Amino acid sequence: MSEKVLVPPDHTVPTAFTRAQLDWLPWLEPLAADALTPRHIASLVDAARLKSPYFRLLARDPDALEARTRTDKDIFYNPDAGLPRAERELAAAATSRFNGCLYCASVHARHAATYSKREDDVERLLDAGVTADLGERWNAIVAASVALTATPSAFAPEHVERLRRAGLDDLAISDVIHAAAFFNWANRLMLSLGEPAATPGP
Amino acid sequence: MSANDADIIDALVGITPGSALDAIRARRPEARAHAQATYRALFTPEALGAISAQERFALGTFVAGLHGATAVAAAYAARLVDSGSAAATKDAVETAIKEARTHGPYGSYPAGPLSREDTAGPIYRVGAATRQALGPRLPSAFEHTHMLVFHPRDAAPASLQALLDAGWSTTDIVTLSQIVAFLSFQIRVVIGLRTLAGRP
Repeated sequence: MSEKVLVPPDHTVPTAFTRAQLDWLPWLEPLAADALTPRHIASLVDAARLKSPYFRLLARDPDALEARTRTDKDIFYNPDAGLPRAERELAAAATSRFNGCLYCASVHARHAATYSKREDDVERLLDAGVTADLGERWNAIVAASVALTATPSAFAPEHVERLRRAGLDDLAISDVIHAAAFFNWANRLMLSLGEPAATPGP
Repeated sequence: MSANDADIIDALVGITPGSALDAIRARRPEARAHAQATYRALFTPEALGAISAQERFALGTFVAGLHGATAVAAAYAARLVDSGSAAATKDAVETAIKEARTHGPYGSYPAGPLSREDTAGPIYRVGAATRQALGPRLPSAFEHTHMLVFHPRDAAPASLQALLDAGWSTTDIVTLSQIVAFLSFQIRVVIGLRTLAGRP
């Protein structure tokens, strides 16, 4: 007999993009926190992720999880020049908005707003979608992320040229490419292994 | 280190030591090393577990083919053959790519204000002849992969149950999902960096 998917407990399904904190409920059984081996724990990279059902589910393939996480951290947190953190987060939020990942969009819209202090523009991206007018530099970053996210990719020399005209050097453009590409990885895991839930109000 | 263990993104973009893109990738050394480490973990792990090398490379070829990424698909197809896959399997993967190709992302949102953004698109079912040639486990994996590549916001528990019923364990599904999702990253990095370097 085959295994069965999990049935999440009753919850409120979010129906709009939001910067509010969301929960995530798995459709497959995560590893139990008290059953993790040292290899599983190392694959989480951050001990705080022991609490996360998402990371304990991905820990079933620990080598893939650890490499995924170290790739993620360097793309988003490496402070050596290139694209400012706020705009790496913008590329992540735009990619998530276009693919339709409410959970990923909520996290990275929060980060984009925190680092840029441009809450209204981030809110416009969530509400109106990836064609919202956010000013030319952000529009160029969103358009490039969206073109790269389409399947097949629509990313073309004009996107690179527009980013250069907006003041990005080649390292910063490479950061846009990696941030958008990474969220094509993250969105697909988050969307397909479980679902978001609105957390109860205070 | 075997030839197959050389950095795949560098190889597919055509990055040579000392070039401008080599210098750019060197500024994000952990991302470069661990993108390659992810490839190794998913395609050439020390222990294959319950997913064969042929299944892994068949999935890789299918994902790259669905992206229309010809050079990437050829690289994975070559590894599929090297892994000992029958010629009929490789042909079936290529037929499946032709059956399944479309444009994404599309799909539906939970009923509410986002419903106005719902976009219809095909749900892929492997054709009868292709199903026969792919064997017992790959057809359900290809149907799930098509959803993940083109309309991931349509994901639902039923799709995972279909995989479980076809003999994929929970742990196998995590690895399968990582293969599809990781390639969705790797292919876009290759396309993005080639475009940045002015290569078609």
